[in-house]
Amino acid sequence: MSHLTISARKQGEYQSDDGASAPKQPRLKFGKSAEDTDKKGASRRLKDVEICVPIVYGTIAFYLGRKASESQSHKWTVYVRGATNEDLGVVIKRVVFQLHPSFNNPTRVVESPPFELSECGWGEFEIAISLFFHSDVCDKQVDLYHHLKLYPEDESGPQSTKKPVVMESYNEIVFPDPSENFLARVLNHPAVIVPRLPAGFNLPDPVPIENLHEREKGDTKDHPHSQWFMNFSEADELLKLAAARQQVQAHIIKLRRQLSMMDGLPQLSKPPTGYEFT
Amino acid sequence: MDAKDILGLPKNSLPIPQEKKSRPPKDSQRKPDGISREVYALTGGLAPLMPAIDSSQLKKQPPKDEKITWQWLPFTNSARKDTLQLYHWVRVVNGVPPTGDYSFAKYNKSVDIVKYTDEEYEKYLNDPGWTKEETDQLFDLCQQFDLRFIVIADRFSSSRTVEELKDRYYSVCRAIVVARAPALGDISGNPLVKEPYNVSQEIERKRALSMVLSQTKHQERKDAEVLAEAKKITESRMAAKVAEESELPVPSNAGPESAERASFPGDTVSPSSNVQLPSATVASSALTADNASTLASLRMLRVYLRTYALDQMVQAASSSAGLRTIKRVEQTLQELGVNLKPRVPTKSVCAEHLELRKEILTLLNLQKQLQYKEAEGSSFRDGSYADTPSTPKDRTFVPDMSFGGERVGKRDQKRKAPGRLSEAPSSPAQSKRPRKLKASEL
Repeated sequence: MSHLTISARKQGEYQSDDGASAPKQPRLKFGKSAEDTDKKGASRRLKDVEICVPIVYGTIAFYLGRKASESQSHKWTVYVRGATNEDLGVVIKRVVFQLHPSFNNPTRVVESPPFELSECGWGEFEIAISLFFHSDVCDKQVDLYHHLKLYPEDESGPQSTKKPVVMESYNEIVFPDPSENFLARVLNHPAVIVPRLPAGFNLPDPVPIENLHEREKGDTKDHPHSQWFMNFSEADELLKLAAARQQVQAHIIKLRRQLSMMDGLPQLSKPPTGYEFT
Repeated sequence: MDAKDILGLPKNSLPIPQEKKSRPPKDSQRKPDGISREVYALTGGLAPLMPAIDSSQLKKQPPKDEKITWQWLPFTNSARKDTLQLYHWVRVVNGVPPTGDYSFAKYNKSVDIVKYTDEEYEKYLNDPGWTKEETDQLFDLCQQFDLRFIVIADRFSSSRTVEELKDRYYSVCRAIVVARAPALGDISGNPLVKEPYNVSQEIERKRALSMVLSQTKHQERKDAEVLAEAKKITESRMAAKVAEESELPVPSNAGPESAERASFPGDTVSPSSNVQLPSATVASSALTADNASTLASLRMLRVYLRTYALDQMVQAASSSAGLRTIKRVEQTLQELGVNLKPRVPTKSVCAEHLELRKEILTLLNLQKQLQYKEAEGSSFRDGSYADTPSTPKDRTFVPDMSFGGERVGKRDQKRKAPGRLSEAPSSPAQSKRPRKLKASEL
């Protein structure tokens, strides 16, 4: 059965890649089940296992100061990184940044992590970031949009060349029914959140993606800009949400009580207010 | 009907001139024998559906040949262990007192407890966890208390659980029955033998029962939602399967999308049915039946962003609310200091955010209800009261008064109404106006 799975998967990969992969010896082309009609890869998909990849994407912009010119006042970098600065290369195959048409070759493709792009310019615009995943992960791309911010909020005084303007957004990519292979591959990877699987859950041995071993490290832990990276902790937000919920729930209880009291005494109305109070 | 009599109104809808003629014949028709007319009229002049008393019985007289006397006589009770003699009134017919046992003796039922001998104990009933004294005491108590194990457990000298006592009792009985039976075939029908007492199962069963009993309303609702969603999903799968099967003979007509969608559930059901994880229902337990379809459609996607999922869920949750309500929800969120879109949209944060929104919706609904009720109540009193000095005529409130900050004490001090309405101010004249109730008016 595993033979069937692997060979079917390889076949699928062969089809979807642009022939960039080395030709594989086709094993057991025949005798496959009806699974190969699903061109998404015949390794089984796992319902209700949700794989979650927390990412942070955004821009960081440095004022060039003395070296600034009219058309190139800032040097900025747009990037997609793991929320904990782990290597996203296990999941993301490449990222396409679509820049303003005034740039040369506005469609920039980054084939390996760290997925980032640096440029010089003067204007703020919206950058479209498209994430493409490995073939065993997902065929569909994910599009993000980010507004490039060059100028700080408080416009007091001259811009500093030392302190950049950072805008980051946190999000999570969710794969609701991942393929077995994907799950097996990322099961213990720090960039990926996998729910706890039941004991005795058997996954096939992961088939590695090609070119993975060729890349150097793709995490952003020692990135030159890492000191500016924003911190996204859910704790604060959870606390605030919990407090808010408590308040709302308390109000609800109070209102319910009031309503039930009113129901019990339908004729009871407020005491004549003009008489009792000064 | 009697009231109509008193008032002199016609009993039936006959016009008045006819009434005088029809009433006397009708009366004598309806009056049954055996009861005086006045008594019968008390029932409204209508006979009961089922005659409670056979009217012929009422006129019956006891047979003339019997001479009844009532005598104060002693009696014994066979249910008693002693020979106490008490006295009571007895209906004596023609000088012959009634025979037979005390009429209530037959109600003295008790359970037949197995009595084992010491040899039987040695042979069959030895158990490492139980001494003979304990077993004897157990059986005594069983006899005394008619197998009421709760009471027995209470009275038992050492602390044993009810399940342990039951286990010991039933296994002893079973062993005795088996030992005393001449052949196994004779007793195979005996329930003690057929279905022995299963301690672990009993403990588990009771625990599950208590869990069900102690479920809060919240959990009950969640469970109902999960079940509704499961039902919906199975129904949609059934529909999809039917659609798939009906589409097979006509592949060209069916749009490729719908066929693909129909085959998705089919695909995902069969290959992965044996890898469904127990966490399956955990994810969906937080959703209402309304959101179930949103979740299902999210699952259809191969990939999506958490923020997208949250947006969809929020939309689904607010689907029944109007634009104004949604604006008010957002206003409330802002007052509570919560971001409209979470800054760190993790799974738990999104779930909490969604729940908070739903709760705010509930809150706003309750406020509206309260408003309506107030309007109803105060519509009786038509603006006869002046406005209280504490309620401003125009309803502009400092937004952050209600949440987070201390309420400026005006309203609390002035309101002496019993408990309620300390936070929902209005004077009668104004409550009739449909006001834009701001979220701060809590």
